[in-house]
Order: sequence, then structure tokens, then C-alpha cells
Amino acid sequence: MSKETVVARHPLDELFRADRFPHILCPGCGIGAAMHCLAQAMTESGIPLDRHVCVSGIGCSSRVPGYLNVDSYHTTHGRSIPFATGLALVRPDLEVTVFAGDGDLFAIGGNHFIHAARRNVDLNVICINNFNYGMTGGQAGPTTPFGAKATTAPFGNWERPFNLPYLASAVGAVFVARWTTLHVRQLKEAVRSVMKKKGFAFIEVLSPCPTGFGRPNGIGDGLEEMELYRERCVVDHKASLPDMDIDLRDKKRPIVLGNFLNLDRPHYQPGKIPQETSHG
Amino acid sequence: MSGDHACAEGSLAAGLGFFAGYPITPSTEIAEHLAIRLSQVGGTFAQMEDELGSMAAIVGASVAGARSMTATSGPGFSLMMENVGLAVMMEVPCVVVNVQRGSPSTGLPTAVGQADVMQARWGSHGDYAIVAYSPASPQEFFDLTLRAFDTADTYRVPVFLMADEVVGHMTERVVIPPASRITRVQRKRLPRLKGNGRFLSFHTNGKDLVPALAHAGEGYRAHFTSLTHDERGYPTNSPDVHDRLVRRLVNKIKLNAGRIVEAEEYRLKDAEVVVVAYGCMSRSARRAVDMAREKGIRAGLLRPVTLWPFPESRLRELDKGKKKKAFVVAELNLGQMAREVERCIGRPPATLTHAGGKVLEPEAVLEVLAEAGR
Amino acid sequence: MVEIRFAGYGGQGIALMGVLTGRAATLFDGKEAVLTQTYGPEARGGASNADVILSDKAIDFPLVTRPNILVAMFQEAYRRFRPDLKAGGVLVLDEALVKPEEKERSFHSIPATRLAEEMGLKIAANVVMLGFFVRITGAVTKRAMEEAIRKTVKPKVVELNLKAFDAGFRWAEKAPVGTK
Repeated sequence: MSKETVVARHPLDELFRADRFPHILCPGCGIGAAMHCLAQAMTESGIPLDRHVCVSGIGCSSRVPGYLNVDSYHTTHGRSIPFATGLALVRPDLEVTVFAGDGDLFAIGGNHFIHAARRNVDLNVICINNFNYGMTGGQAGPTTPFGAKATTAPFGNWERPFNLPYLASAVGAVFVARWTTLHVRQLKEAVRSVMKKKGFAFIEVLSPCPTGFGRPNGIGDGLEEMELYRERCVVDHKASLPDMDIDLRDKKRPIVLGNFLNLDRPHYQPGKIPQETSHG
Repeated sequence: MSGDHACAEGSLAAGLGFFAGYPITPSTEIAEHLAIRLSQVGGTFAQMEDELGSMAAIVGASVAGARSMTATSGPGFSLMMENVGLAVMMEVPCVVVNVQRGSPSTGLPTAVGQADVMQARWGSHGDYAIVAYSPASPQEFFDLTLRAFDTADTYRVPVFLMADEVVGHMTERVVIPPASRITRVQRKRLPRLKGNGRFLSFHTNGKDLVPALAHAGEGYRAHFTSLTHDERGYPTNSPDVHDRLVRRLVNKIKLNAGRIVEAEEYRLKDAEVVVVAYGCMSRSARRAVDMAREKGIRAGLLRPVTLWPFPESRLRELDKGKKKKAFVVAELNLGQMAREVERCIGRPPATLTHAGGKVLEPEAVLEVLAEAGR
Repeated sequence: MVEIRFAGYGGQGIALMGVLTGRAATLFDGKEAVLTQTYGPEARGGASNADVILSDKAIDFPLVTRPNILVAMFQEAYRRFRPDLKAGGVLVLDEALVKPEEKERSFHSIPATRLAEEMGLKIAANVVMLGFFVRITGAVTKRAMEEAIRKTVKPKVVELNLKAFDAGFRWAEKAPVGTK
């Protein structure tokens, strides 16, 4: 007979607001795993927790800052990036991470994303991509695959989705990566590395949403989606960004992961004219 | 100095640390002036991609500890309303300047209007209260900008400066007091915490209704959310907590109205006809009052300096007495504040209205006030 | 109280004429002044006017409706604003650019643009005109306007502008007043 052991302390106790639990996330959701990676990266970053700031918009992913025991701002839908921009410009000594979903960052907040990347604002942007609007019950969004089912695309989505790493690199992000909630070590390492980096860093995290996306699209529960990641994910840091569209339903198409881009470019410091680097 | 430049200088006198904006006539001169001046004083100027972003950025900058401001006109003001609600809900002090032009929509970009005054009060969704000032000259634009930051910090609320194109673009003498003579309200701050203590970041003592503010990066590890939240700042679905929160957000302005409301009174002592006008139209009305007096009509001017809260108790006082006074509202919209006056005195005032594009001349005001006084 | 309208086309420096007159009055003559401008969507070209009110006491209504003084530096400006000029008001024209109507009985004109060109300072025509305007109308003092010029224009062009101002001022002394 196994004996139950109650641990007095968990290494990440200080990172979470225990009085906020239980969280609102569904069984099988990947956001908790990504949150854990962020918490670990914060701990290992060498930056004191009092200097970490986490900003989000609205949606399931955007609830994460509320569970983290750092200065946290759960703002309006789509506006996490400009809010974080104002904050980071006033306190450039703080490590500001934006943690939000694909609909928040790329539909309603899309304009802010492209301009913050273009300016190279010193932000870490972590995007949970679960291919739908989860909190409102599974509507189609900017990353929903063509043909996939959603409550607002009952006959299949007739829009083409964004390829987020390709988009982020095109608009000026200096760090671009894609991982899944299965690849927790790589994800944590990527988040930790961008905390050391100045400029606009973007990490896409593919994450199961069994309630909103998995079930209506024949993928099944969270575990089955994780299994799918295990079978079909290919790590290729030198992958061609234009060819990285994702469709979980297409069994033949690999899901390409990696740290694709890591550039050094002067970050946004209004009032200071950066030295022009050569464009050779 | 132009009104727009006076506003920019007023914000600097107030210790502005961060400005975010998007170009829009007739407010652009404020951004242009601050683009030069802010970097000279160690502040930050950011041109954003739109007014949604501008408003979000100044809220973010304010929680990081800076006095922050944005400036716009009608179309941009509409976009800002979303995050005006955020600033209200998170109780983040900030200043929003609207140099009003002819509206609705793109309207008359280069010409005057006063038709955003109700949007200032009700433009974001939900129940809330804000403070809005209406400057009538470049000097007053300077003075009120300075004051707007103090009011914002005192009540942890967004404060609007509802200027108009005429006041923004007109040039008059502006006297800027020496820095040593300018005092600033300090934000009420939470006591510094040692270690990982917990505190109630949205707790009030029930008297002044304004919680102390935790800035980012100072060890408070506070949570701010646009959701309904309890005293810890944590989200809740409780209807009772919601009602308590929203009621406090409204009451912290409503119950302090006596301290916030300002109005200028001109020749009102024995007035039988009271003209109510603000911003550029108040200058026309003032001349009309003098012209009326010359004709033997006992006219006076009540000029709301705060449009919100509206000087309603003063209006009610003026309406007391044996003989009923006549009231005239002159404004560059189709009667927005006239309704407010009607609400206070219980009957419709005489009105002189125009949808905007030009300032109505004193003769036109005189005509209406003479008729009303008959 | 004096109401002045400076009118011309965009690029002539009409706004600067208003700014200098207002500064001369408020900062150096101890008067009150207000400057307003109307403008269209064009950045350059198109009609431009600068309206200035000068007064010994606080100015309430800030807009010029019936100017006492109209300074016109463009035919279209003259045509458009002449009807607004108060009866008995002073009309000041650039004689090369404005041809007054036959019925115009009293006006003051100066070839400001030509004089400026001759001085090699075509863009200073507005300041030449200001010199003429100050001498003719006395709306602000000569000393105040010179101070305003010194405090407003870029340091390296102060002397050139003062020279232009002086040229206009002296022209008025020799020009017959109210010529036709």
C-alpha cells in the first residue's frame, strides 16, 4: 500500500499565488504546463522576482499572470503589448513578459504586435496558440486551420491562418521560437534565454484545447493531442519559416519546432538615436 | 504661446514622465512639442500605432510610476474609451487631452467643436465617474493641465482636458510660474513591504475611498485586473463585491465633488439671466454679458471649469430665490450640456447651439439672452 | 481694441506676421493680444490668414470678425476679406500682388515682395510689410516689434530681418499716404 506524502514546500512555491488556486483551466489544457515553464524560467533567470513583471490581455492564457506571484497586470483584450510597452519604457530595468493567447495577440491585438516588433520593444511575448478562442467556447480565430471546425465556423473555417513565427520574423522580432506544451524543457530554456535578451522576443507555444478545438476536430482529449505532438513534431532550428503552417488534422504534415531566429539589433529606447548597424 | 503648447508645457510643469500619442488635428502640436521637450527633461515620448495603443501605454506607464498623458481629438477619443475603462477599473491615474473638432466621425478636422462633452462623461462602458476640465484660454490650458495631474493622482482616476480647436490653436500670453512655486500632489503609496508579505492593494479605509497605489518593480507583487476584483486585487464573480467596487469608483468622485468642482462666475450677483457656457463659447458669452449690461439687461455668466463633475449644486443655488431666473446655454453641439442644466433646474433652458465649425458670435448670444430675459 | 487681419497665401509667412505682432504687443508693449488662424488641409499654398486682436484690457471674444486693419498680400485675400473691413478701417496692400478695385478710395501700398527681392531676401517680404504696417498703423511700437523679431527668428537671420523691417518702415515715411 502506497503512503501519501505531503511535501512542506515545493521549489516553485514562491512563484505562485496559492490563494488563487484552484485555477480556471480545463482538464487537458496545456496552459498550466506553459505557466510552469515561465515560472521555472523566472526562477532560473537570475533576475530577482521583484523585478519580473507579467502582462496579459483577455482569454484563458491571459489568466496566467494572475496566478504568478510577481507584479502582474491583466489588462484589456488585445492591449497587453501597448500596456507593457508603456511600463517597460518607464522602468527599463524590469523584465517584462507578455503572456497571452493567439486571438488576443494576433486578431484584436495584431496591430500592436507588429508595431511593437517593428520598434523592437524590449518585451518577451509568449503566445499560447490553441487554434481557437477557448474562453468564449471555441470560436474560430486567426490561427484556426483552413477547414477546421469551430462554433463560428460550423462548416469548416474558410479563412487562412497566420503562420506566427513567419509573421513575427517578418515584422522585426529579434528572437522567434515555436515549442509545444509537451516540450517543456526546450520551452523553459527558450523563455529563460529571452529574459537575458534585449528586444522583442516571440515564443509560440502550441497547446491543447480539448474543449474548444480538440473535440470538434477529432483530435480528442489533451493527452491525445500531446501524443500527436510526440509523433509529429520535428525540431529544426534552421527550418524555412514560410513553410511552417500547422494543421493538427493533417496526419502527413510535420509540426516544425525550434529556436528559429536570434538576432542582435538595438532595442527601442525613444529619445536615444541608435547607431545604425551595417546592412551588409 | 498657443493653447496646445501651453498644455504641453503644463504637463511638463506637472512632472510628466511619459507621453504616448498618435497624430490627429487639432491636437498634434501637443505631441510635436513634447517630442522635443520630454527628452530634454528625461521623460519618454512614444508615438504609438493608434489611440488604442496610446491609451493602453499611458496606463502601463502610470503603474510603473510615471505621470503620463496622451492627447487626441474626437476620432481618437472614441478609440481611447476602451482603456479609459481600464484606467477606471484598475484605478490608474492618467491625463487625456481632447482638443475637440467638428464631429461626428472625421467631421471637420480643422475646425472647432464641443460635441464630445457627453462622451467624456459616458464614453466607456459601465458605471463610473471621471473628472473633466474645460479650458477657455491658453493660460488656463496650462493651469488646468497642471491641476489635472494632481486630481488624477488624488483620486486615482483618468482626468480629461476637454479643450476645443479654438483654445488649442489660439495664441495668447501664458505666464509659467517658476518651478519653485509649483507644488505637486504626491500619489498615496503603499508602505514599502519587506519580504513576501501580503497586503490588500485595493483596500480603502472607507473614508476617502481611494486606495494607495502599488507601483511595478517595488516588491509589492500586486495584481491588477480589468475584471471585477476584491480588495486583494483578485478577480471575483460576486455580485456584492462588484456592486461595492463600482459604487466606490463612482462615489470617490461623486462624494468629493465639493472639492473637485470649479466654476467661474462673472457678473452673476444680481443677474436675472444666467448664461452657461464653457471653453471657447464662454468667451463669446462673456462679451455678450457685457453687451447686455450696456443695454440694461442684468446678465451674468456661469462658466463650468469642471464639466464633470458638473457644478450642479451651484446651478440649483442660482435658481433659488423669489423671482425665477432665465437660463441660457450656449455651446457648439446640439444641446448636450443644456440637458444637464435642465436636469439641475428642472425646466429647459433657452439654448444657442450649433453643430460646430465656427464659434458663435457674441451678438448671437446676446440675442438669445435678451429674448430669454424678456 | 484693435482687430487686425493679415492675409495672403500659404508660404508667405503670414502666421509669423501675426506671431510677431502679438509678441510685440504682449511682451514689449504691455498689452493683451490674441492670435487666431484659420487654415485648410493644405500644408502649403492656399489662403492663409492670421488674426490679431490688441487691447489694453483682457480680451474676451478671441476671433476677429470686422477688422480695423486689413493687411493683404494676395489678390484673393483682398477680394475675400475687403468686405469685412470696418468702415474707416485701414487697408494695407502689397502693390505688386494686389490690384485694388477702382472704387477703393484710401489705402496704403508698398511693393514689399519686390523690395525684399531687391535685398536678396524674397522670403522676408512679410517682415518688410510689417515695417510698413507698424509705421502706418502704430498698432505696436517700433521698438516692441524689433524686440519681437530679435526674440523670435533664428539668431543668424536676426540682422537680415531687422534690415527688412527697417526697409518697410522707411518706405512708409516717404510714401504718400492714402494714394491712389
